[in-house]
Amino acid sequence: METLTLNSSDLKSQEYFLNMGPQHPATHGVLRLILTLDGEVVKNIEPDLGYIHRSIEKQCEYEGYKQIIHLTDRMDYLSAHINNEAVALAIEQALEIEVPERVKVIRTIMGELTRIASHLLWWGVMGMDVGALTTFMYAFRDREMINDIMEETCGARLTMSYSTPGGVMFDLHPNFQKRVKDFIPHLRRVIPQYDELLTGNVIFQKRMKGVGIMSHEDAISHGASGPVARGSGVSCDRRKKDPYSAFASRDIQFNEITFTEGDNLARYNVRMKEMLESLNIIEQLIDNIPDDGIQAKTKALIKLPKGEYLQRVETARGDLGVYIVSDGKKNPYRVKFRSPGFSNLNALIEIGKGHLIADLVAIMSTLDFVVPDIDR
Amino acid sequence: MILTNTTNYFGQLVNYLSEQMGIGGQILAYVLVAAIYLSFFAVAGLLLVYVERRVAAFFQLRLGPNRVGPHGLLQTIADALKLLSKEIFGTNRKDNLLYKTAYYLVIIASLVSLSVIPFSRGIQAFDINVGVFFISAVSSVGVLGILFGGWGSNNKYSLIGGMRSGLQMISYELSSGLAIITMVLLAGTLQMSGIIEAQRDTWFIIKGHIPALIALFIFVVAGTAESNRTPFDLPEGEAELGAGYHSEYSGMGFAYFFLAEFINMFIISAVGVTLFFGGWLAPFHLTDSLPWQPLWGAFWFFMKVAVFIFFMMWFRWTFPRLRIDQLLTLEWKYLLPIGLVNIILMAVLVYYNILISF
Repeated sequence: METLTLNSSDLKSQEYFLNMGPQHPATHGVLRLILTLDGEVVKNIEPDLGYIHRSIEKQCEYEGYKQIIHLTDRMDYLSAHINNEAVALAIEQALEIEVPERVKVIRTIMGELTRIASHLLWWGVMGMDVGALTTFMYAFRDREMINDIMEETCGARLTMSYSTPGGVMFDLHPNFQKRVKDFIPHLRRVIPQYDELLTGNVIFQKRMKGVGIMSHEDAISHGASGPVARGSGVSCDRRKKDPYSAFASRDIQFNEITFTEGDNLARYNVRMKEMLESLNIIEQLIDNIPDDGIQAKTKALIKLPKGEYLQRVETARGDLGVYIVSDGKKNPYRVKFRSPGFSNLNALIEIGKGHLIADLVAIMSTLDFVVPDIDR
Repeated sequence: MILTNTTNYFGQLVNYLSEQMGIGGQILAYVLVAAIYLSFFAVAGLLLVYVERRVAAFFQLRLGPNRVGPHGLLQTIADALKLLSKEIFGTNRKDNLLYKTAYYLVIIASLVSLSVIPFSRGIQAFDINVGVFFISAVSSVGVLGILFGGWGSNNKYSLIGGMRSGLQMISYELSSGLAIITMVLLAGTLQMSGIIEAQRDTWFIIKGHIPALIALFIFVVAGTAESNRTPFDLPEGEAELGAGYHSEYSGMGFAYFFLAEFINMFIISAVGVTLFFGGWLAPFHLTDSLPWQPLWGAFWFFMKVAVFIFFMMWFRWTFPRLRIDQLLTLEWKYLLPIGLVNIILMAVLVYYNILISF
């Protein structure tokens, strides 16, 4: 007689697909991940891009060089100013314009403010992604101060379009220095509060530590950059490696924050410490902004000489490369943006496997995607 | 069962009406009691939603609802009216029977649990001799509703949410049950009114000292988990699953889930207050000599419950969410063994009478 035996190997669960996104609160935009799940364990991740693809690179081929800058606001909208700066720098490099020192300092201060604003927003959303809803409101309270500073000077809160080839659009608002100086001690005071609210929490530490480990080699081979790569111990800060703007013209003392663990907590800590470093940078510049004009002389219609130009800057998300091919006409022949988010998304495919859905959400949050930056 | 307790006002109502009008009066009395409970359910649910929103707002540097009515008190009523008027639609190819029964199960479970809660001396629909046991038995039915909702919605996010919820609530039921038994050892009865009477001189949290404190801790953790609130809100963890098991519900279907969640929070707080903090008894016999005893009882009961609820809200707006494996580890590796040892400790203390009493 046949006896019924049950081996654990017979008890197989069935894998199934789950569409995470394009409309999903954790994907921070319209990113679609096709997950293969076994229960709640993620077996495979397949990102499906293009839901917010606006052909920015192609549009650039039909616009003049001054107009391109306005398109770059819409890529990584949280580092809008740094994107603008990258294009402006590329054009200045091609035209061999020497911009006034004041412009360099203004751009750097604005860039660092943008970086802080971006990291603040990331911190708020990070908390929400792991279930601590209150962080969002605290982060937005402080981010609002930066937005107000931006609004006063360039009239825009998010898409600044402040840099132009050869300079900046307007001079600083008279209140600028005072408000920035008020903001610096304020943020220094609230960041320890942030740590009390979220960083030090046992549950948060347990959720972050040892989760989503990206090795040093993985970070390099996936082309990860910015805080993501620095969390894995890769030194890749463009502000240090090939300095631009005031980083090149001034002797600015700041540390490149790197952690070697490569897990969620390391990436989290990199951003938290980077905010303080950005404050240091601003503090070194804010008191001596030179007064030598806000615009170098440029022609009304900019034509780049024939050739290829590359400018890399450090946005809040990492290494943004602007690559312009010019055939000497008034619009570029080809523009390519090397966006940090796209490479960091590559890394997610590798490090997200084998984790639970909840961890995948946390990992995505520490990778800090801005989907329009991935799609462009 | 209603008739067993003569000091019970609901029992007196039933007796009076049935004497006056016979069987018709008895039915009328039941309907009246049910109507009182239903309206309490609705009002308490709406009020708790309002309080939660206000408390959340103050935690989050916001103002919260403050436009509709005085201090925004009517906001939740307006929301409920909106939900009432909305169309109920679900997914295609849903399991209609499960989908539709789900919210009734959830709401019936919390409504029935409410009936044994002692609001004050004599204000309690059923004062049955297994009151605490009855609550933990009935509240488990609510899990079924959530599982039905998760399964019946034909949505994978709902399914994951439902399964998480099943895992979580069944696991934590054990711990909360153990914590309840620990306190029942002190009272020697499962009857809610009996438990409160036993605390007339000393509240159990003081009488049972160390094991009672441990039991309180376990009860609060398990209770928060059972009511699906942060840090245990995995079934609906919105960053992960959208809205979890009730993703596919709209209109009143959603509102039932939502209200039941808040009433469950109230029930857990009420049980906690009854077991640990003397229910409707006044602290230090403050109001014992005053007239209107049942009203004073209700006053103290709701004050204590409010504090309990505030703590649960505090957790919600400051803690991040646990992961499912951490949640189960916490229950099976920590809370459950501690709870078991705690029962033995309490039993020993009760046997040798090493208790604090005044």
